[in-house]
Amino acid sequence: MKITIEGLTKKFGEVVAVRDFDAVIEKGQLVCLLGPSGCGKSTMLYMLAGTEAATSGKIYFDDEDVTYMAPEDRGVGLVFQNYALYPHMTVLQNICFPLEIQKVPKAERIKRAKEIAKLVQIDEYLHRKPSQLSGGQQQRVAIARALVKKPRLLLLDEPLSNLDARLRLVMREEIRRIQQETKVTTIFVTHDQEEAMSISDSILLMKDGEEQQSDAPQVLYDNPINAFTANFLGVPAINNIYGYVKDGKFHTHDNSAIIEHEACKKAPEGRKLAFAIRPESVELSDVKANFKAYLVHTYAMGKEELSYMNVGTTEIRGYLPNGTEVDKEYNIRLKDKGVFIFDEETGERYA
Amino acid sequence: MKAKNFVKYALLYLILGIGAVFMIFPFFWMITGGFKTSQEISAFPPLLFPSHFNLKNFEFALETAPFAKYFANSVIVTISSVTLSTLTTILAAFAFSRLDFKGRDTIFALLLALMMVPFEMIVITNYRTIINMGLLNTRLALIIPFTSSIFYTYILRNFFVSIPDSLYKSAKIDGCSNWQYLWKVMVPMARPSLVTIILLNGIAAWNSFFWPMLVTNTSAARTLPFGLYAFMTEGGARNEYMMAAATIVVLPMMILFLFARKYIVTGVSKGGLKG
Ligand SMILES: Nc1ncnc2c1ncn2[C@@H]1O[C@H](COP(=O)(O)OP(=O)(O)OP(=O)(O)O)[C@@H](O)[C@H]1O
Ligand SMILES: [Mg+2]
Repeated sequence: MKITIEGLTKKFGEVVAVRDFDAVIEKGQLVCLLGPSGCGKSTMLYMLAGTEAATSGKIYFDDEDVTYMAPEDRGVGLVFQNYALYPHMTVLQNICFPLEIQKVPKAERIKRAKEIAKLVQIDEYLHRKPSQLSGGQQQRVAIARALVKKPRLLLLDEPLSNLDARLRLVMREEIRRIQQETKVTTIFVTHDQEEAMSISDSILLMKDGEEQQSDAPQVLYDNPINAFTANFLGVPAINNIYGYVKDGKFHTHDNSAIIEHEACKKAPEGRKLAFAIRPESVELSDVKANFKAYLVHTYAMGKEELSYMNVGTTEIRGYLPNGTEVDKEYNIRLKDKGVFIFDEETGERYA
Repeated sequence: MKAKNFVKYALLYLILGIGAVFMIFPFFWMITGGFKTSQEISAFPPLLFPSHFNLKNFEFALETAPFAKYFANSVIVTISSVTLSTLTTILAAFAFSRLDFKGRDTIFALLLALMMVPFEMIVITNYRTIINMGLLNTRLALIIPFTSSIFYTYILRNFFVSIPDSLYKSAKIDGCSNWQYLWKVMVPMARPSLVTIILLNGIAAWNSFFWPMLVTNTSAARTLPFGLYAFMTEGGARNEYMMAAATIVVLPMMILFLFARKYIVTGVSKGGLKG
């Protein structure tokens, strides 16, 4: 099912949780709603599910306006941040519950619940109570319960946030697999950019209730629309060197370093700027260099080293070949990808 | 280390054992007393057991006073008031925890403030009301004033409030109505608290003495505790008869307690209920 969101706004009194949000989510896609804590991701999901009423704006499922439709008529499945399993019911009863409410005959309920349980691989635990399951198993029960009524839209609210790092990786793959098997349109909320990058067909990045950028993960990474997107994506984070452009060259504010780069031509003179460099976009050079950097120290990371170097007074991080000697100055050349100039104040991208 | 633990546990059990004897002995004395003859019960030094278990005292008690009638009244009154008050408690707790209506918290605070008013003060107005309703000497008079409980509503509301919102939202998305959510999710989750409430309420209703004394002056509507008291004054102060009658009155509650012990204990400790 295709989802269209038009000018969606949600206010809690004075607080604007979601502001004038536009988005289109194509049928069968897995879209990540990504953003820092408190930016309105859960609110957004609740409006799609119908448990929170929109203040203004419209939501369409395919061509149907569902903005004021009751939650139970929307055909959505929602997995909560804390799973929200009913503690007094067994796994099987939990999964059957939505069908029980829909008055599906008992035999069919159980049959469908068992099918879904198999899909999410919890069929061994059908007679346990949620308190007797691990976090990962509980999460799968929650997903099964959301899927059993064959929703048109599956909403997942930070389902992995309670799991340990390794289980999170496994469950991430698992969700992807389940989504591809069921082909249900899915919105996955997370504040973990790595999770979003690895799992989704497309990312909707938001901040303070407003949409920042929406595109495929790699596009967002390679081609951020503003400083927020560039800073939010990537581990280690992008490096920012603050300064200004004069005579086609970038100078740091304290004039401790100069960067020569063709991108500087696109940036306006007389504005405070941020020269942003992804860590993997630096390399050593003998000949033509963009700037000079003093290597302070390095951490071995397999075939490369994560290196801390000073550009004038600014410390940046980048990947250099193993065995690069520290306490020396190097000529650094920048690759074509992963180099941007943003406005320091507005975040607008110039290059 | 081991020896130290042994001493510790020995002491602990000794103290608990003494406590248990103190608790159980009056019951033991009452039950065996019911089987004794009048010589045996006033014998000195006291006899622990009667020479033989005769049922004469019980027969006498049941013959002189309509204990069967009292018992039936007690059962009817207890079951009715517990059922009704549990129902109103559940519904009120739901309204005060889950429903959003104007003045909800103010009303609830006012109700809580009512708990400060001592029972003895309410008794007078309740008594007038019962008389005006023409219900004196009826079982209804024993039931109606006890069909709601602010205290238990408060306890249950607190439990309901602690159930995460996401469960409600999730149920809503699945198409669950408030009514279904209450009975399929909230009530089953609150089972330990509810069992405790029902039991404590039941014990209170069964043992209620003061109120029945006020509103029942014929045996038609009398319940066991007041009936026992009436028997004591009417049947002359014969200890062995009183013991037998008291045993008849207490026995049902003791049996109930044996069966429901687990729930009472866990309910009281978990639900933060101090009866
Ligand atoms: N019921 C409410 N009443 C008032 N303000 C609310 C309510 N729910 C959310 N908010 C506010 O709306 C904003 C967005 O909240 P929301 O829960 O959607 O954030 P989120 O992106 O899901 O955050 P997190 O990642 O921490 O879960 C926050 O500023 C929050 O304080
Ligand atoms: Mg949230």
